[in-house]
Amino acid sequence: MKLRRLRALAVKELLQVVRDPRSLMLALLMPVMQLFLLGYGVNLDIAHVPVCVYDQEGSPFSQGLFKRVQASPYFRIVRSLHDQREIRQAMDNGSCRMALVVPADFSRQVALQRHAAVQAIVDATDDNTATLAAAYANAVVAGFANDVRLDLVERTSGLPLLPAPVAQQSRVWFNEDLESRNFIIPGVVALVLALVGAQLTSLTIAREWERGTMELLVSTPVTPMELLVGKLAPYFAIGLLDGLICLAFAVFWFHVPFRGTLLALLFATSLFLLVVLCVGYFVSVAIPNQIGASQIALFLTIMPISLLSGYAFPIDQMPAAIRLLTYGIYARYYVTILKALFLKGSSLHELWLPVLALAGYAAAMVGLAARAFRKRIG
Amino acid sequence: MNANEITVAATGLTKRFGPLTAVDGLDLAVRRGEIFGLVGPDGAGKTTALRMFAAVMAPDAGRVSVGGVDVVAEPERVRERISYMPQRFGLYEDLTVDENIRFYAELFAVPRRLREQRAARLLAASSMERFRKRLAGQLSGGMKQKLGLACALVHAPSIVLLDEPTTGVDPLSRREFWQILYGLRAEGVTLLISTAYLDEAERCDRLALLHGGRMLYCDTPAALRARMPGALAEFATPAPRQLRDALQGRAGVLGVLLVGNGVHVHLDQAGRLAELERQLRDSGVPCDGARLVPPSIEDLFVALLGGAGTQP
Repeated sequence: MKLRRLRALAVKELLQVVRDPRSLMLALLMPVMQLFLLGYGVNLDIAHVPVCVYDQEGSPFSQGLFKRVQASPYFRIVRSLHDQREIRQAMDNGSCRMALVVPADFSRQVALQRHAAVQAIVDATDDNTATLAAAYANAVVAGFANDVRLDLVERTSGLPLLPAPVAQQSRVWFNEDLESRNFIIPGVVALVLALVGAQLTSLTIAREWERGTMELLVSTPVTPMELLVGKLAPYFAIGLLDGLICLAFAVFWFHVPFRGTLLALLFATSLFLLVVLCVGYFVSVAIPNQIGASQIALFLTIMPISLLSGYAFPIDQMPAAIRLLTYGIYARYYVTILKALFLKGSSLHELWLPVLALAGYAAAMVGLAARAFRKRIG
Repeated sequence: MNANEITVAATGLTKRFGPLTAVDGLDLAVRRGEIFGLVGPDGAGKTTALRMFAAVMAPDAGRVSVGGVDVVAEPERVRERISYMPQRFGLYEDLTVDENIRFYAELFAVPRRLREQRAARLLAASSMERFRKRLAGQLSGGMKQKLGLACALVHAPSIVLLDEPTTGVDPLSRREFWQILYGLRAEGVTLLISTAYLDEAERCDRLALLHGGRMLYCDTPAALRARMPGALAEFATPAPRQLRDALQGRAGVLGVLLVGNGVHVHLDQAGRLAELERQLRDSGVPCDGARLVPPSIEDLFVALLGGAGTQP
């Protein structure tokens, strides 16, 4: 490998990117746009779920429960129903996602200190929201029940109010605010880098074929390895820059904590970029036209990464077969590292397993990409 | 250094694309310091042959050596000493003239000072100094070709392969182009050039006439012309088409070709001329006179190939 040729190729490639508004947009604007879209758009938290209530009793007691529900930030009572069939209608036309049914003997059962059941019917077409809504409803009703019991005990026994003997208290680590944004944004960095990196490099070889410059390039003494390194170097730099831009936006705009070290982030990002850039290069060598190459690169990155990297959808909740599949998705390791760096502040040697896996992938992809290109036409 | 040293040699060179044999058992020997022309209609195999010489395409059979190096066995050693200019403009349109030259100079590790000197000389020779900062994509067709040549020559190759370099180039630029090529020849550079322009073929030291992937003839332009059977007569006339139609099919007429200032008629023997002139006068076709002329490469081509696919 000759340094002069590497430099010549890198400078040429950089000039081409800088002079092509589309590439430039892709390199610098796309990451920010993606981060904003996914940062704001993908929100797994629930708030103000529309609720219908069907009060079969109509007592101050049941009204107290509804007040409690209404006061919670998770729910918003939109309608009061008077018939079981209306629940189905309200669900069907989408005016509510959950219905609370209070039975006619609600206060009597409570007064008798029997088990008083409140029925919560949840629209589970969106299972994430449904699961969360049911859990929150449970919590609200349990809180109400607890107060009622204390109140009853106080009134019937005349004893002073005592706190419940045992109360469960949870403490959340690493994402203290339980904000899904904190959980998602570190993973978005992986998605953004993969998208931009593979897209940009998928064009580099295809562009030479399409514009007819490859024939001349092939006739020069440039080696395939020089071509690979010289062409990818500028995109590697752009990728690192994009990584830093993402980090800045994550921390200063979205207020996601970053507890790791910058050096660890840059190291892991370098490994990930190597894989991504080589994937793009590989595609570019295989498909000698720019549109086709960029489509395939898009398909190879965005699909597996958004679904199987665990950036938004936790891997341990996937079925076993799919979970097995995720081990083949290189982004999975980077997402693991990113989340640990952002939220836990882990060090690289604590993350040796995903780092090693990513490094293995990078070595394999560089090897493959270096062999992919043949200095021949026709 | 032997003046007759063979620098580009092919034996039995063959390339197939599926059922089509683009180059079919080509034998060729180009001497050091000559301008060797590959001539033939489109599809004759000129481009494919040049690509194999330039080590950008692998032959299916046969041997090629360039500068004494086997192209198939050691393509990289060949690439270092040759320069290849493909038919399609192969430069970066989003880079300036200077940036393009610099890129190729760097790929061949040309020292900076030498690069500056050569770039200045090449651009001056092709009247392009004013456009050094212009993007290659904004150059005219002729200037693009001249830039291509400048890039091809910036590393001072000893063997230059040019594939139809003057297609789409204006006459003035073409003259400049050939001045540069003659200059290179004077320095001992070997030039292998393909062209569909037959007037340009006359400028070559030696020519190979290709047709259907095979080489029909290979000799100097003068020797090739001498091979033409029969004789060639030029008729001056104000009505060339009418004259052509009147002569076609007559006894002794092998071919009729419209040329700029009249009609070229290929005769089976020189003695036919007087008889034809008489016949024309009798039929009343206007004719201002006829004389025997030495054949051009174009006439030769028409005589040999029946004019299939040749450009006037």
